[in-house]
Amino acid sequence: MADKVLIIGGGMSGITSAVEAAEAGLETVIVERNPYLGGRVSQLYKYFPKLCPPYCGLEINFRRIKQNPKISFYTQAEVQSVSGSEGDFTAAVQVNPRYVTEKCTNCGECAEACPSERPNDFNFNMDTTKAVYLPHDLAYPMRYVLDRAACGSGCQACADACGYGAIDLEMQTRTVEINASSIVMATGWNPYDASRIENINFATIPNVITNVMMERLAAPNGPTKGKIIRPSDGKEVKSIAFAQCAGSRDENNLPYCSSICCMASLKQATYLRDTAEDSTAEIFYIDLRAPGKYEDFLRKLEEDENVTMTKGKVAAIEEDAATGDPVVTVEDILGGGKIKKQFDMVVLASGMEPAAKSASIPVDAAYEANGFVDAENLPPGIFAAGVSRRPDDVATSVQDATGAALRSVQSSAKTPAVAGEKAGGN
Amino acid sequence: MEQKVGVYVCSDCGIGDALNLEALENIARNEYRADVVKTAPFLCSQEGSQIIKDDINNEDINTIIVAGCSARFNTDAFDFDPLKFVVERVNLRDHIVWTQTPKADQPSEAEEAAPAEAESADSQAGGEEAETEAGAAEPAGEAEASAGDSSAAVNENTQEMAEDHLRMGMVRAKKSELPKPQIEEINKTILVIGGGATGISSALESAAAGYDVVLVEKEAELGGWARKMYKILPDKPPFEQTRKPDIDEKIKSVQDNDKIRVITGANVKKTAGEPGKYEVTVSHNSSSETINAGSIVLAIGWKPYNADRLGHMGYGKFPNVITNVEMEERTSASGGQITRPSDGKQATRVAFIQCAGQRDPEHLPYCSTVCCLTSLKQATYVTESDPEAAAFIIYKDMRTPGLYEEFYKTSQDNPGVMLTKGEVTSISEDETGNIILEIDNTILGEKVMVAADMLVLATGMVTNALPAHIEDVTDLTPEYVGQWRETETQDGIIKEVIADPVVLNLEYRQGPEMPYLKYGFPDSHFICFPYETRRTGIYAAGAVRAPMTAMQSVNDGGGAALKAIQCLELTAQGMSVHPRVGDMSFPEINFTNCTQCRRCTVECPFGVLDEDEKGTPKTNTFRCRRCGTCMGACPQRIISFNNYSVGMIADQMKAIKVPEEDDKPRIVALICENDAYPALDIAGLNRMNISPFYRFISMRCLGGTNLVWIADALSAGIEGFLLIGCRFDDEYQCHFIKGSKAANERLGKVQETLSRLMLESERVTQVELAMNEWDRLPQIMEDFAEQLKEFGPNPFKGF
Repeated sequence: MADKVLIIGGGMSGITSAVEAAEAGLETVIVERNPYLGGRVSQLYKYFPKLCPPYCGLEINFRRIKQNPKISFYTQAEVQSVSGSEGDFTAAVQVNPRYVTEKCTNCGECAEACPSERPNDFNFNMDTTKAVYLPHDLAYPMRYVLDRAACGSGCQACADACGYGAIDLEMQTRTVEINASSIVMATGWNPYDASRIENINFATIPNVITNVMMERLAAPNGPTKGKIIRPSDGKEVKSIAFAQCAGSRDENNLPYCSSICCMASLKQATYLRDTAEDSTAEIFYIDLRAPGKYEDFLRKLEEDENVTMTKGKVAAIEEDAATGDPVVTVEDILGGGKIKKQFDMVVLASGMEPAAKSASIPVDAAYEANGFVDAENLPPGIFAAGVSRRPDDVATSVQDATGAALRSVQSSAKTPAVAGEKAGGN
Repeated sequence: MEQKVGVYVCSDCGIGDALNLEALENIARNEYRADVVKTAPFLCSQEGSQIIKDDINNEDINTIIVAGCSARFNTDAFDFDPLKFVVERVNLRDHIVWTQTPKADQPSEAEEAAPAEAESADSQAGGEEAETEAGAAEPAGEAEASAGDSSAAVNENTQEMAEDHLRMGMVRAKKSELPKPQIEEINKTILVIGGGATGISSALESAAAGYDVVLVEKEAELGGWARKMYKILPDKPPFEQTRKPDIDEKIKSVQDNDKIRVITGANVKKTAGEPGKYEVTVSHNSSSETINAGSIVLAIGWKPYNADRLGHMGYGKFPNVITNVEMEERTSASGGQITRPSDGKQATRVAFIQCAGQRDPEHLPYCSTVCCLTSLKQATYVTESDPEAAAFIIYKDMRTPGLYEEFYKTSQDNPGVMLTKGEVTSISEDETGNIILEIDNTILGEKVMVAADMLVLATGMVTNALPAHIEDVTDLTPEYVGQWRETETQDGIIKEVIADPVVLNLEYRQGPEMPYLKYGFPDSHFICFPYETRRTGIYAAGAVRAPMTAMQSVNDGGGAALKAIQCLELTAQGMSVHPRVGDMSFPEINFTNCTQCRRCTVECPFGVLDEDEKGTPKTNTFRCRRCGTCMGACPQRIISFNNYSVGMIADQMKAIKVPEEDDKPRIVALICENDAYPALDIAGLNRMNISPFYRFISMRCLGGTNLVWIADALSAGIEGFLLIGCRFDDEYQCHFIKGSKAANERLGKVQETLSRLMLESERVTQVELAMNEWDRLPQIMEDFAEQLKEFGPNPFKGF
C-alpha cells in the first residue's frame, strides 16, 4: 500500500499539487515530459496584472521542492500505463534519456564545444540552441540536455569537452514503476495551432506571431534578448494589432473561451508601450474579458492614448508585399462594415488547448467534449488540477491545484494502513 | 554544541582557474582556525560530498562551509540534516568567478587592470600552476589572447572578492547555532467561519481529510446565498443547463458528519492565540463558549452592493426596477413566476442592465465576475416562465470566461433572449409602470428604445470583510477600515489605522481583522500563492477574498482547507509555513534591553507580535514566518534567531578587509535571497561582468536590515550600501509583504542621519529588482559604484 501521490505534469499546477500535498505530509512524485519543471509559466515574461516575473514564484516553489525530501520528480518522463485502484495504483513511467547525468555542473563547456544546432522549442523555434543545451536560465533541474536527434553522426564533442564525465552518450530509455495511492492529472495546455485558423495566414506571413511567441520576444532571455523586433527583417516594432479570439470562441476551432487571452494581450500591449513613447497597439476583440479586480488593469490600459480597443473580429490577414507588413481585415461589430489596417506586426491571441487531448494519458479519465478532463466523473483516487480541467489563469489554476492536493490527502486518509504508516513516520 | 568547522573549497567550474585557492585555504585555516580545510575538484560529485561525510564521521565536523557554486544548486549533494549540521554555502562560482571572468566573446575589463595585477599576482601564482593546466583545454582562442597571462595570474580584485566572501561565510557559519524547534501539543481542529457554499465546502473537505471541524454561521441556518437561489449556474460539463440547487443535500451531509460541529446563529466575539492554539469565543443563544482550534478558514462571503446608491438607474425611484438579488428571491418565492413589484402583474418583457455599479469608478471599480452569468441564468427564468416572454440583456462586455462560453451560447440560441452591447443613456417610467430604456451604440444600430415590464439591475458583490456600514469601496483607509491614530514613542511618531472589528475580533496588536488589499478584499497579492493571507493560520476563501462564482467558491473552500491542514501539520513539527516552509528557527527577544519602542510590533508584516500596555512585545512563534523584519526594526538589536542575527551580519561586515587604496572601494550589497540572489546567479550564468568591489550578504528579506550595520560599516571604511530587494509599492513583490518597504522606510531615516553627518545620503541606496531583471544588475551596480567614486572616499575610512 502506497502513501504517495503521483502527479502527472510538472507545470505550475502539478508543482503546486506536489508541494502543497507534501507540506501537508504526503509523499509526492511528479512525472514531467519536458527536461525541466515549470511548464508554460516558465516561458512567460511577466504575469498579469502585477507584471511580475513568473520566475519569482517558480524559484520559491523549486526551493520548496529542493528542501523537501517528500517530493521527487522525473523529467523527460511519460506515464505509459496505470493499473490498480485508489490506494494502490501502479504506474509504469518511461524515462527518456537526457544523456547528461546528475554530474553536470552547468558550467557550459559542452555547449561551447558542440558543433550542431537545433531549433529552440522553448522559444517557439524563433532561434536555435546547440544540440546540447540548458533549457533556460531558471531550468530546474539546472542541468544540460542533449538532443540526440540534432547530433552529427559519430560526434562526441560534448562528451570530450565535459570535465566531469557528465555526458553519457549510451544512456538508455528506462522504465520505472511508481506505486501511488492517488493520482493528480495536471497535464496543462498547448497553444492552439494558429495555422489552422482560416484566412489568418499564420503559417505564411512571418510578421504574424502568436501570444506565446510574443512572451518569448519580450523576455530578456528570449531569442532577441527582449527586443521586440519583427521576425521577417529585424525591424523595430512600432505598431501591433492584437487579434483576440484567434481560435477561441470559434465553432471551427475552439468553441470555448480560453479565459486568459484578453488579459494576456493587454499585458503584452504594455510590453510594446514600454519600448517607445510613440508605439501603438490596437486590440480587436469580441468582448473584453477582464473579470474581477483585473478590471483595474484594463482601465489602466484604456487610459493610454496609444492603446486602442476596437470591438471587431479579425477576419483575415494578408501581407503587404512591399513592406512585409501584415494587413488585417476586421469585421466592425458596432460600426458595421469592414476595417482594413496595416501594422508592423500582428499578435494572435491564440487559445489554450488541453494537452491531455493529444498526449493520450493512459489514465481511465473522463473528458468533456473539448478534451478537458471532466473532474466530476473521474474514478476514485484520480483527480485533476488546473488547465487540464478548464482554461484558467495562473492564480485560479494554483487555487485548483491546492484543492487537488486536498483530495490526495483525503484519499490517503481513507486507507487505515496508511494512517498507521504516517503515525510511524512522524 | 561545540563547533567543529570544516571548510571545503571546490576547484572546478573555473573556480580553480580564476582564484588562488591556497590563499583561500590559508584564510580558513589561519584567520578562522577551521578544524579541517580541504580543496577538492568537483565537490558536488559523490566523491566530493563523500569527503565531507567522511569528515563528519571521522572528525566530528558539524559546521560545514562549502565554497563553490550557488546555494541554489546541488542542494542534494550538500543536504545535511539541518538539526545536526550548520551548512553555509559561499557562492564563489556564480556570484564571483562567473561575474568576473570575461567570456571569450565579451570585451574584457580585466585587460585594463592587467598591468596592476601582474606584479601583485606573482606571489600568488605559484600554487596556481597545476589548476590552470586543466583550464588550458579551454577552446576559446580569444580568451587566451586577452587573458593569456592573467589566467595564470589571478586577478587581484577577483581574489579579494572571493577571500572576503569566504571570510563572511566563515563568520556566518561560526555564529550560527542549530535550530531548536519549538514543538508543542497543538489543537488540530479547523474552525470554519461562514456556513455558505464556501464554508460548507471547507468543512466537508476538512472532515473528509480526517480533521475535526467547527462550523460557525451567523444566520439561523446554513446555506448562505445558495439557499436563496431559484436555480444555480451549470457547474459541470457541458456547462449548458441551469439546475436546482443541491445545497440542502450538502447541508444534510454537514449535519450528518460526526467530525463537524455546527453552531448557527453564532458570532465570533474574540479570536485569541496563534496557529495550533487559537481560543475563539463564540456567542450564540445569548451564551458564549470558547472553541479551541488550530487554524481558521474565513468564508464569510459577500453582500450585494447597496442599490440605493443606483438612483440614477431608477432604483428606489421606479418600483419595477429591482436588483438581480431581488430577482432571485422573487423567483424562488414564486416558484418560477416572474411578476413585477408595482402591481404583481406577470412580467413578460424583462430587461437586464449589466454592470449596474460595477466597472464604474464611482461605485464598484472592479468587475464582479458573476453578474453576466447570473443575468443569463435569470433570462432563462423569464423565458421558461412563459413561451412568449422575452429577456433583453444590455452589456458592456459579455464575460463568460472559459467553459461558461457554452452557457452563453445556449442563451444566444434561445429565441427569447436578446443580447446587445450598449450604453444605456436614459431610464424612465411610463404611466403603466413600464420601464423605458434608451440605448446607444448597440449592435442593432445607433439608438434603440426598449420598453420593459421590469428592469433588473445586475448589481455587484462587496466583500463581507468590510464592516456593514461601508458602502463606498473606492476610498478606503489602507489595510483596515478605521480611524487614523498617532502614537508618540521615543522612536518617533507611529501613524496607523485603528481598525473597526468585523468578524474575527482578533486579539492581535495590529488589528482585529485580516488586512485587506484594494476594495476591501483580504486576498493574497501573489499570483503564484493565492492563499497567502497575512495572518498565519487564517485562510480566506470564496467571495470574501475576490468576486467569484459558486463553483469557484466551492473549489476555493477546498484549497483553503488544505492550507489550514498544512499549517497544522507544519506547526506541529515546529516548522514555518510558506514561504520559508520548514524553517525551524524563530525570533527570540532579550527583554532586559527592550525600550518598549513598539517598532517590532508595528512593522511585523504578519501581526506576529503583540504588546502589553507598556509596549513590551510578546512573541507568538506559531504566527511567525521567519522573515526577520522584527530583527531589522529593533533599534536595540535584541531580536535574534539563533542562526540569523544582527550581530552575525554586523560581524560579516567586519570581516571584510578594507584596503587603504582609494581605488579599491568596498561596497556592501544586501541581497534578498528570494529574488536578488538568484538574479545575480543568472547574471553569472550569462557571464555578465559586475564590479569586483561588491560584497554580498544574503538576507531572508530586506526587512531584516538593521540600521546599526550601516553606521558600523561606514565607520569601518565601507564606501556605500546597496540594498537589492523586491518591489514594495502597491504592486509589491516582496514575499514577506512589507519587508522591503520596511527597509526602505528605515533607510529614509538613516539617510537623514547621513546628511547631518555631512555624508552623502545616497551612500545608502535601495533598488527594487525583479528576478527577470537580472540583465539590469551589472549596470545598476556599476552606476552605484560610479556614484560613490564621485563622492570621493568615505571620510570615516581609517578612523
